[in-house]
Amino acid sequence: MLNKLPIISIKELSYTYPNSTEALRNVNMNIYESELIGIMGKNGAGKTTLIRTLNGLIQPTKGSIFINGEIIKNKSIATLSKEVGIIFQNPSHQLFANSVEEEIKFSLKSLNLNKEELNFRVDKILKDFNLEKYRKRSPLNLSGGESKKLALASIICRDPKILVFDEPTLGQDAKEINMFINLIKNERKKGKTIIIITHNVEFAFEYIPRIILMTEGQIIADGPTSKVLNNEILIEKTSLILPQTRQFVMKLKESGFPDLDNLISKNQIIDYLMKFIRKEKTFIKGI
Amino acid sequence: MKLINFINFYYRYKGNEEYALRKINLKIEDNKFILLCGETGSGKTSLIRCMNGLIPQFYAGFYKGKVEVDGKDTSEVPIADLSTKVGIVFQNPENQLIAMNVEHEIAFGLENLGKQHNEIKKKIREVVNITEIEHLLDKAPFELSGGEQQRVAIASILALEPKILILDEPTALLDPQMAEKIIIMLKKIQIEKKITIIISEHRLDLLLPLVNEIILIKNGEILEYGSKENVINGENFQKMNINRPVIYSIFKELKRNNLYTKALPSSIFEAINYLTKLD
Repeated sequence: MLNKLPIISIKELSYTYPNSTEALRNVNMNIYESELIGIMGKNGAGKTTLIRTLNGLIQPTKGSIFINGEIIKNKSIATLSKEVGIIFQNPSHQLFANSVEEEIKFSLKSLNLNKEELNFRVDKILKDFNLEKYRKRSPLNLSGGESKKLALASIICRDPKILVFDEPTLGQDAKEINMFINLIKNERKKGKTIIIITHNVEFAFEYIPRIILMTEGQIIADGPTSKVLNNEILIEKTSLILPQTRQFVMKLKESGFPDLDNLISKNQIIDYLMKFIRKEKTFIKGI
Repeated sequence: MKLINFINFYYRYKGNEEYALRKINLKIEDNKFILLCGETGSGKTSLIRCMNGLIPQFYAGFYKGKVEVDGKDTSEVPIADLSTKVGIVFQNPENQLIAMNVEHEIAFGLENLGKQHNEIKKKIREVVNITEIEHLLDKAPFELSGGEQQRVAIASILALEPKILILDEPTALLDPQMAEKIIIMLKKIQIEKKITIIISEHRLDLLLPLVNEIILIKNGEILEYGSKENVINGENFQKMNINRPVIYSIFKELKRNNLYTKALPSSIFEAINYLTKLD
């Protein structure tokens, strides 16, 4: 990975809001093509501000951002939105057209497609997201889940290379979370780079390989998820909680269970307990 | 004592052909800590709206059957009267806070009930103590963090001494540590005040260890209501699309392999307990 050029490179980035709140302080990071990366930290740590700088919604006070090796400083939001698609927490903030169909058309406008290609893309995306039956309906009359889907479709239809999700699992049940996991798997197969802001420790632990932790506008950790999220000091600093797997292993240790040092994932714990119980049962039978 | 009683209740919102709630028969007693659990769109919020009369009095629609709160029919008693018995805190407390500062916010409901000044002062002291917000009394609601706003909303409702406190996804907007603090605080309140608390929540890992009962709702119908032990070991809980805690799925896998025969644990504490007493 080190030999590759990063798709996003952030150098000494700072941002201070007009009311003098320092939201980002000297942030440096590299993200590589087709990576899946999580950004975590307590509320107000600067996570959302950081992603807003990626498509020009916020202009940094200091520092620079490079996407595909090019500095983004003088690029318009419309140009950047072809590269970076951000799916915000609340879909109603990004929907405003009169119908579902118009919403997708509006989103595709900046790509300057001919009529045939435009209609083809609209049809395809509505089909892919199972939104065909709502084609003429106002986005205001969709249920919460459907409007989330439309917000997502309106970003994905532009086929941006980088997808950013702000708290995608919030308020979602297991079925919706599974659908989201399938979506990111598919997008990664197409070579997309995916950034996820989340508070959901269990989700991050299971599905995201690399985590960046932020607090007070700064990055305090950047590394493999199993290392970052199992570190009690970092977890405490960022108002997260340890994954249940880690909490469980720690309690097993306290209770005198042996050889726990390499247990990290759920499956490793299951294997360990299977062996332990089989051994105990044989021992009891032996008596 | 029976606090909430749904009798063969059906409800559909105006303009919708499908019923949001169907065949609801549910008796909820005092002094319980209850988890309301179901997939998105299963009817959790609609069920909650019935418990203080918002359905059928505020939300236009069609209903059959009856809901009683503390023995009174919720379609007849004014919502203002019901709100002294049932307090509801919604996901985003910001929408619920209206006063200039936290002290006024808590006093607001009490003043509306015509309480005496001394009594109001005493009540404020009591609820800020239990929700640990003494240091916030002079602050304006917009100056508070999400977790602080959530505590203030809970304090304002507790001041009215409701018999039932209902929270609709109270931790959704909070970071995990703050979510854990709020849930533990609610458990403390439930035990101290002996009230019934009902929480609708997707994050079961934090809540499951602390509740005594679970209501499972699916497609607008009550699938099951009972003690936590019975519900989490039943088929419905295992089949539903809900975020079951990791510790639960670890033991489920052991059970599937015939290596574990006891009840499935709701917490790490229970899990360790079972493991150290294997037979």
